[in-house]
Amino acid sequence: MTQIEQVSIEKFKHLVSERALTGETMLLNMGPQHPSTHGVLRLLLELDGETVVNCIPDIGFLHTGIEKNMEAKTYQKAEVMTDRLDYMNPLGNNLAYCMAVEKLVDLDVPVRAQALRVILTELQRISSHLVWLGTSGLDLAAMSMFMYCFREREQILDIFELVSGQRMMTTYFRPGGVWRDIPVEFEKVVRDFLKIFHKRVDEYETLLTKNPLFLDRTMTLGKLDPALALSFGVTGPPLRASGVNWDLRKARPYMGYEQYDFDVPTRTEGDVYARYLVRVQEMRESLKIVEQALNKLPLGPVRSDNRKFVPPPRSEIGVSMEALIHHFKLWTEGFSAPKASVYAAIESPRGELGVYMEGDGSPKPHRVHMRTPSFDNLGVLPHIVKGALVADLVAILSSIDIVLGDIDR
Amino acid sequence: MGIEQKLGNMGVVTTTLENTVNWARTNAMWPMLFGLACCAIEMMSAQAANYDMSRFGMEIMRASPRQSDLMIVAGRVSKKMGPVLRRLYDQMPEPKWVIAMGDCASCGGVFNNYAIYQGVDEVVPVDVFVAGCPPRPEALIHGVMTIHEKVKGETIKQYAEKYK
Repeated sequence: MTQIEQVSIEKFKHLVSERALTGETMLLNMGPQHPSTHGVLRLLLELDGETVVNCIPDIGFLHTGIEKNMEAKTYQKAEVMTDRLDYMNPLGNNLAYCMAVEKLVDLDVPVRAQALRVILTELQRISSHLVWLGTSGLDLAAMSMFMYCFREREQILDIFELVSGQRMMTTYFRPGGVWRDIPVEFEKVVRDFLKIFHKRVDEYETLLTKNPLFLDRTMTLGKLDPALALSFGVTGPPLRASGVNWDLRKARPYMGYEQYDFDVPTRTEGDVYARYLVRVQEMRESLKIVEQALNKLPLGPVRSDNRKFVPPPRSEIGVSMEALIHHFKLWTEGFSAPKASVYAAIESPRGELGVYMEGDGSPKPHRVHMRTPSFDNLGVLPHIVKGALVADLVAILSSIDIVLGDIDR
Repeated sequence: MGIEQKLGNMGVVTTTLENTVNWARTNAMWPMLFGLACCAIEMMSAQAANYDMSRFGMEIMRASPRQSDLMIVAGRVSKKMGPVLRRLYDQMPEPKWVIAMGDCASCGGVFNNYAIYQGVDEVVPVDVFVAGCPPRPEALIHGVMTIHEKVKGETIKQYAEKYK
């Protein structure tokens, strides 16, 4: 095992101010093991008293080599890796990956599968925001938020378990559709959830939105200027809280998002409180989308019938020679993608999640790259925490909502 | 209450020192608040309202290794994180136990590549492995119960040999 490297200050002299070299300001490590860094992030802080002068994020503690590993797997098998990227949003990662594969091999998705994908990714968005609300509440000493949010999250996970058999890492979306049709009780379970969740969001808001302690800890903190946000490629709720109305579901609709009626919540303040309001409002908008999609859930197949890319159903294999051949080919060799490169992006709970994929004519991707929102959003952190207190740094960091699996990949 | 019936009117309980020590250790085993990846979310679920690990005396997650008895390695351990994990383990006071939660911490899981330790037992000694990707909260609770069983079987002779 490699030992911890002793680093002299010479190595990062250019990152801190000159006062750190004389000992006037203090250098302090926050992380990699720290309850408020939401994972294994290390922040090197330069402090003047309790004020942050400089903040240098050090990432890579969760580097998993996912992108490299995907090159060694066929297109169907590589999808399993995408679940573990941004582990708050596994279905969203599946969706981005499947969209890239579908674009690469020019595969159509049936309308029913599209609607199911919308319902499940919106539920995933709610569950991701619930984890965010719970843990950032915990960071600001609102312990009950954690308990309430995880209570509702369990209901969403039960829905995922119902359709896919897994709570978190579902791999339910497959290139060309979804794994299998939903069970009959799906609609009732989702409607039950929708019915109670409206009230539950109100409950969260009564606890936090006008709570003077919460307002003191969040308002006017970590102000993000829209120009700065755009120059750093910040997307998602942090960008929308700064007054830029940019949501890929509206700007570049995918999976039939254009047929649903919903608003994109924006604020102009750009502080921690505005990001909180945007996310809570997004949960309500997601509920609207789920309800609409469920009301007009079309009937029909859930997987494309293009047998070159999608395995045939089990019932066909026993009676059709072609089906047996396709099944065998797809699960041994996989399907080949043309020599081309594509980019497909979705609006994940954290921002624009893009998959760049390059095929080389073989059944395995030549290169897969993820444009992950947490990575770009974290880049802006050093600029918005300057002058804040250490206790406020915790609030600002949690308001960006980073996931380290998303950053390090 | 069973214990009162056994006591009768005598007001005393006889037991062995080992039993008492092990009973105390199992019922106040404080885990370290230390999440690495996906499994950390399921670890949080196990702590939250629905699964409520505090039923087993595990409700206090300590953020400092110096105050904790149990390390739950929840997630994949990268080559960069390995030395940090080892240092955290070394900082924990004895007696200490380790649960490798999930497939990545147990054996590398789906990530058979250059970046990930193929099992956290390459870095720290592991007492209990919990399978699953990620394990359900029930599975983690079962892992915790298993470690309680293990602790209950320890003898003073074993402690003495361990710290000789």
